[in-house]
Amino acid sequence: MSDAYAASERVPLRLRLSRRGIDGVTLLIVPSVLFVLALFIYPFLYGLALSFAPKEGGWLANYQKFFADPFYYDTIWKTLRLAVPVTIINVLLSIPIALRVRLMRHQRVLTTILVLPITLGTVLVADGLLTYLGPRGWLNRLVLDSGFSESPVHLVHNYWGVVLALVVSIFPFTFLLTLSSLTGIDPSLEGAASTLGATPRARFRYIVLPLLAPGLAINFCLSFVQAFSVFPSAVLLGDPAGTTRVISIAAYTAAFEQYDYSLASAIAMIMGLTQLAIVAGLLSSRGLFYRGSAAAAKG
Amino acid sequence: MSRDEPIGARLWAVTVWATVGFFILNLFAVIASVVVNSFGTRWFNTWLPAGFTTRWYVAAWGEFQLDQVLIVTLEVVTAVVALSALFGVPAAYALARRDFPGKRLVMLLFLLPLLVPPITFGIPLATVLYRIGLAGSLYGVIVANLVPTVPFVILVMIPFVEQIDPRIEAAARVFGAGTWRLFMTVLVPLLAPGILAALLLVLVRTIAMFELTFFTSGPTSQTLVVALYYAVSAAGIRSGQSIDAMAVIYMATTLIWLLVALRFVNPTQIVGRGRTG
Repeated sequence: MSDAYAASERVPLRLRLSRRGIDGVTLLIVPSVLFVLALFIYPFLYGLALSFAPKEGGWLANYQKFFADPFYYDTIWKTLRLAVPVTIINVLLSIPIALRVRLMRHQRVLTTILVLPITLGTVLVADGLLTYLGPRGWLNRLVLDSGFSESPVHLVHNYWGVVLALVVSIFPFTFLLTLSSLTGIDPSLEGAASTLGATPRARFRYIVLPLLAPGLAINFCLSFVQAFSVFPSAVLLGDPAGTTRVISIAAYTAAFEQYDYSLASAIAMIMGLTQLAIVAGLLSSRGLFYRGSAAAAKG
Repeated sequence: MSRDEPIGARLWAVTVWATVGFFILNLFAVIASVVVNSFGTRWFNTWLPAGFTTRWYVAAWGEFQLDQVLIVTLEVVTAVVALSALFGVPAAYALARRDFPGKRLVMLLFLLPLLVPPITFGIPLATVLYRIGLAGSLYGVIVANLVPTVPFVILVMIPFVEQIDPRIEAAARVFGAGTWRLFMTVLVPLLAPGILAALLLVLVRTIAMFELTFFTSGPTSQTLVVALYYAVSAAGIRSGQSIDAMAVIYMATTLIWLLVALRFVNPTQIVGRGRTG
């Protein structure tokens, strides 16, 4: 008892707070809240303010510059042209695969393999794909040796290199999210439908898909946001001056090559707003989906 | 179940597994081609290099100053892991145990840095860090990396705290333990598996965190992944084999920790942002 008392006296903060009647436990969040406010919220507001204080011109000059010059506004279109197809491919592929894997007994081996590209990160995946897809890589060796084509297939330093890099690094993420939403659906619901004579296709169409839809919408958003913020692979595997000059490259060049932090902040804000607009659009259509429990009525 | 499946369903199953197999085969081929290239001598128009050597590793070590890069990586990772635990675990405890006005707002505040991609918040963050003179140094890299990891630790730890019976804490309080003593002698030992899992995930994520480190690092504060990016983007200058040797060193560093982490966490937790964990 006495050393416990001594221990609490060694912490004057706790004593001071308890005298004021504030629960010391609740205050444990304060350092983290302050940290996130100072290093996440404040930079965002600072960036927003900075974007309205251009190097030259009126307060909207950065935004006018962005939306008047195709060199800038085309980056949105180029990013969407990469991110939208990749996300659709990833989400559509993940559904049938997750439906199968859900029934597997040793899922862990597969999930471990799929976690590899996520853990290794986009830079390594880009470097690996450069070697693998390059003119002297194994893929072109196979293409040439099998007589499929006379000349090597060009898959690096263009649009397709980035698409493949995004599929390799984001598909595992999309898949694992789909799998976790699927595992949340009680299998006995399907069992009941099966007993009542529903075919596999009908069970998927009328039971699984409606229950999966809200999860898929969130999954689509998270995967899309990742694909939309593509950066290293667009530089390393793509054609960063042409077809894969994505919006993050424009922001990076403005900040770290032209040292125009004001323009860079404006581009970063436009990037964030585009993501937000698409995510908000998707999630607002969630109202159309079934929102009840995916578990069976009786536990 | 599979015995009475119609042919169409079986064909579908075969297609699905073939797709999975194709993906994994290519994934392994990508990794293997980096490893083979890093050990190869000359590699033109053949399936395998003409001979094998380890000299690219020696070359990469010197060319890319890997000893310095590895020390920086170690310093950044250690600091990020320790500080995110110091910030995150107490906050997770408070959020799991207390209901207070504005709690949902606080949760949203912690969710945002995990949902907004680093490239979007990295540029304003780097701008601020440059203004206050932190960017370009080791401290800037550490601070920037903490922005997503502190919320990550909080969101991973909340369910672990919720699993602990509050009566154990009540008992400790009855016997006169203060918050600090309660933490050190009751909670930390009980939370050890959760803390270990969260910190291993932070470690793996920090080694691979490219964007934030890239934006805030200077010439002497590059981590391995940033050094690798610079090497690949200047590929014309360096030989491809020594770049791949560096890539293999990076892979080895990451995969060792991934294997350690997988002993304690589920693979899905690595992609989890709190929700799947």
